[in-house]
Amino acid sequence: MELPLPFPAPALTVSDLTRYLRQVLESDAILRDIWVAGEVSNLSRPASGHVYFTLKDAGAALRCVVWRMNAQRVRFNLVNGQAVEAHGYISLYERDGQYQLYIDALRPAGEGWLYQEFLRLKARLESEGLFDPARKRPLPAFPRRIGIVTSPTGAALQDMLNTLRRRYPLAEVILAPAAVQGDEAPPAITAALQGLLRVPGLDVILLARGGGSLEDLWAFNDEQVVRAVAASPLPVVTGIGHETDFTLCDFAADVRAPTPTAAAELVTPDAADLRYQLMECRARLKGWMSSLLGGERRRLTERTNRMNLLSPQRRIQDDRQRLDQLAGRAARSLYATLQLRRAHLDGNQQRLAALNPLAVLRRGYAVVYDAGGVIHSARAVQPGDDLTVQLADGRIQAQAQRIIPNADSGEKHDPKNTGG
Amino acid sequence: MTPKTPAVEKMNYEQAFAELERVIQALENDQPALEEALALFERGQALVKRCAGLLDEAELRVRRLGEGDFDLLTEDGEG
Repeated sequence: MELPLPFPAPALTVSDLTRYLRQVLESDAILRDIWVAGEVSNLSRPASGHVYFTLKDAGAALRCVVWRMNAQRVRFNLVNGQAVEAHGYISLYERDGQYQLYIDALRPAGEGWLYQEFLRLKARLESEGLFDPARKRPLPAFPRRIGIVTSPTGAALQDMLNTLRRRYPLAEVILAPAAVQGDEAPPAITAALQGLLRVPGLDVILLARGGGSLEDLWAFNDEQVVRAVAASPLPVVTGIGHETDFTLCDFAADVRAPTPTAAAELVTPDAADLRYQLMECRARLKGWMSSLLGGERRRLTERTNRMNLLSPQRRIQDDRQRLDQLAGRAARSLYATLQLRRAHLDGNQQRLAALNPLAVLRRGYAVVYDAGGVIHSARAVQPGDDLTVQLADGRIQAQAQRIIPNADSGEKHDPKNTGG
Repeated sequence: MTPKTPAVEKMNYEQAFAELERVIQALENDQPALEEALALFERGQALVKRCAGLLDEAELRVRRLGEGDFDLLTEDGEG
């Protein structure tokens, strides 16, 4: 009996084989990008942040790893027994010789199906024109009554009320409470919408819900609800879930807001803006007023000036001026006359002065008096007579000593010919 | 102009603000006679006051749509 032949080549090490298997797995096109459905078990979350569990169904089990970075992106709380769908690639953990699914995305089971359903319904309603942009209506600038359809206990309602209170407390809110998740949600939401339509004076409807999983938001993809939103005679603003969530109600609504708070902001003006607008209006009014008054005042002044020119007062003033002029002329003429008279008078005065005998005395002549008066002749004086000699600046008392008549002087002479 | 102007105190914000804009437009573009202009100006001031007052005093009212309370809601609604 022959011994079996030894291997023609040296034996592979376990490591070599394992590495080879790993390469085989990792190069397989299907295993590189795969969705796997199963139930979570043996869930382990060590402090490293990575997540380990086993995905299993009735017949098999699959070891799974979610690295920390990917685990942080999982939107729902993973628990044992939960049916999930996991996406990733198959590889091999060489130390244990264990092939595993390296997961990069996880969703609750059924979401994939839900998503397909979502797309089908969306396409159908879209083809009916329910999402037509031409159907979108503008929102009222100053809503008086705002209808809100949401859960009466959710944070979304408080967020919206706080926003409305802050931005536009002039509004009145009519809350139509409705369950927003679960089987009872679609009929409840539809009934709430229809109930609001009977409220008089309503301007706009907010349809809102806080964040949640795709399943949580599913009521807003319900055909009945979407049709009720599209059929609403009042504008509908949706604020459902988070920024990244889109529901069919969002497409049917007149405006889609990313969150409930944003929806409340969209339907209301901001009181701060309104106050600013009012200040502007006030300034414009005042500015206009002062320019109007200024203009009127100028016009009035101009009219006043023109009227003053035409007024009898003016003529009286003119007359008064003429009177002043005449009075002036009269005064001047009178003055001139007086001047002339004065000149005449002065002339006469000088002539008179020239005739004054005292003026003759100033030239060195003298007048001689005795007790009987002016002496005209030397012969009228006897030696020893008292005489007064009048000079221009005074008198001299004198006594005649000797009488010496002129040789040729006769008794008779012109008495006027005094002096000598 | 008096018969068609409702009392400012009864106006809601939207009405008051809309009229305020009309008043300002009329003043700035129509060049009304002085007396009318003064009346418009006074009206405008009253409207500004009304709007500001509404903003200052407003408190958000919240009512819950329940069974049979629609009567309550019709009191000042105009349908």
